[in-house]
Amino acid sequence: MELHRYERWWIWIGALTMVALFATLVTLQIVQGLTPPSHIGTIDPASVARTPPFDHPGLRKLPDGSYDAYYVGRVFSWDPQEITIPKDAVVHFYVTSTDVMHGFEIVDTDVNVEVVPGWVSSATQTFTHRGTYLIVCNQYCGIGHQDMYAKVIVR
Amino acid sequence: MTVTSQERRLVLAHLYVAFAALAVGTTFGLLQTFFRAGAVSLPPVLDYYKILTAHGVLLALVFTTFFITGLGTFATYETIPEHPPKTAVAWLAWWIMLAGTVMAAYQILAGGATVLYTFYAPLKASPWFYIGATLLIVGTWVVLFDLLRRASIWKRVHPGEALPLPAFMAIVTFIMWFLATLGVAAEMLLLIPWAFGWTNGIDVMLTRILFWYFGHPLVYFWILGAYIIWYAALPKLLNVPVFSDSLTRLAFILFLLLSLPVGVHHEFSDPGISARWKLLQTFFTLLVVVPSLMTAFAMFAMFEESAARAGKRGFFGIVGALPWNDPMFAGIALSMILFIFGGFGGIVNASYSMNRVVHNTMWVVGHFHITVGAPVALTFLATTYRLLPALVRRRLWSEGLALAQVWLWFIGMSTMSFAMHVQGLLGAPRRTSDLTYGGSSIAAAWHPLALLTAAGGVILILSVAAFLWNVLATITVAPRNEDERFVFASIRASERPAPAWLGRLGWWTAAAVVLVVVAYVGPIAEHVRQHVYIVPGMRTW
Repeated sequence: MELHRYERWWIWIGALTMVALFATLVTLQIVQGLTPPSHIGTIDPASVARTPPFDHPGLRKLPDGSYDAYYVGRVFSWDPQEITIPKDAVVHFYVTSTDVMHGFEIVDTDVNVEVVPGWVSSATQTFTHRGTYLIVCNQYCGIGHQDMYAKVIVR
Repeated sequence: MTVTSQERRLVLAHLYVAFAALAVGTTFGLLQTFFRAGAVSLPPVLDYYKILTAHGVLLALVFTTFFITGLGTFATYETIPEHPPKTAVAWLAWWIMLAGTVMAAYQILAGGATVLYTFYAPLKASPWFYIGATLLIVGTWVVLFDLLRRASIWKRVHPGEALPLPAFMAIVTFIMWFLATLGVAAEMLLLIPWAFGWTNGIDVMLTRILFWYFGHPLVYFWILGAYIIWYAALPKLLNVPVFSDSLTRLAFILFLLLSLPVGVHHEFSDPGISARWKLLQTFFTLLVVVPSLMTAFAMFAMFEESAARAGKRGFFGIVGALPWNDPMFAGIALSMILFIFGGFGGIVNASYSMNRVVHNTMWVVGHFHITVGAPVALTFLATTYRLLPALVRRRLWSEGLALAQVWLWFIGMSTMSFAMHVQGLLGAPRRTSDLTYGGSSIAAAWHPLALLTAAGGVILILSVAAFLWNVLATITVAPRNEDERFVFASIRASERPAPAWLGRLGWWTAAAVVLVVVAYVGPIAEHVRQHVYIVPGMRTW
């Protein structure tokens, strides 16, 4: 089995590029904590409405000035439908579902998580621009999937 | 050496099911692009999500699988003859696959399984949908059994010799597929009793891990089908030998090893799986660059060698010397161009933290349309122009229409996929019937791109119509020609036989299993340590 030297170079260049990419990902994870949303935590999907803090979905201001936002997805709406936050607010989103899978995406942000019944998903975003952000459901959940959206208003 | 008429009928039976699935599936696809663009309304019987499910299942699962079982069977039978051929087991496989397909397709069209082709629990479809899908897969296991039976004939007649290259590639592809489908079969063992109401609920995250353990190797199953053609049939069109018999085998072994331990990269946005396991599988995912670049090198080397034989050199000399008038070559070459962009997009998807920008957006839809929809589907259609005439012993009805078809596909898929990628970057979600979102101005920016997607869809459906017309005319009215053959390229006379270690498939299979264990023991152990709630599930359509 012979490998032409051009092919050997070609594979080395490709492999080293991938090693560099992987090293970048690892570095970003260690230095900046940049990971995919990977919250580990379960919740009884049958009693979300009785389980704090999801029994009262919505915003909570934290002592450090940031916010927690608790969302419940159910066919075919998000609860809360609308939240209002000041510009430059840091918001930690926690999202769960009472029924089937949903997808929690805030357009034009990095918030994009799968929402799984029985589990809590999480993502954090700093809102640096004023305006109205659109939250969509981006995981097919049934006949009314396209009607499942909400708003974030940044003042 | 060539397949008998009995064997040709079997291969044709696989291809015909694939083409029927192509016809129905792409028609639904066109309707979806129009509906999403707000250009048509659909009657309730053609509910958007129902036909989206049918589109995905018929094209991603049925068209691809039947074409690859047909191709793999042909590649093996053509290179390992049996006198007289025994086809009973192979027909049994075909009937099982067909029964499963009909069962699942009926449930989808009857509205019992509007769960899309990923059938994520706890969307609860009719149990007969899951049983149908399971039968389709079990049928492919019988295909593998039949191919291994043929391989054992070769071993008996040619002790110590490597399997012929096309048969080797087909068998490695089906071994990888077998290991992958064990995951979805395990998922079905959870879903079927649940769908019948025998169990109270389902562990949703476990079904997702099992599904994606299968779901990523599924895409390699598709691409290896195309690679069988690229490595072993394409050089024949270029009048060159196989680039390297040994390196081709090595590439396939690497794909066998690296296709499986990577499924979690589809679950980057999932809760319940730690970032470290996602990072581990990202590492395995990136390793696939090695066999991918080997493949790219082999293709360009063949092009160069072919042009050199005609005395042509340099980039333009080589491109100009290629047989662009041959629809099979043109289709494959165009599909390779699209695959380069598919590869770039794939690196974005696999890039762990970057994934969240595109996850579940139309970008992903654009990505798989220029991967499975281009290098795979276009290669299969282009190959049909040489394989089908050989199987029916008739001339291709129209070379010109075939050439037009592959170009239309290239233009249509480029247009559609581009529009989908940009929609995704602007945040448009995938899998939604209506892009208006209550008149949102953000969503309004997606609409022009939805129109461009539909325009690409129109070009593609013209391409499909041209293909099906040519196929129908070829099998019915085209002139008979007993000399039509589909021949795989020969091995370079100067190349030494492949080293024996490349042929030890049992060991390679064991190694693949070890890699799967390394990749999955972490996330599975983490899962079972959680307090997992069982979810009852429901029909939401």
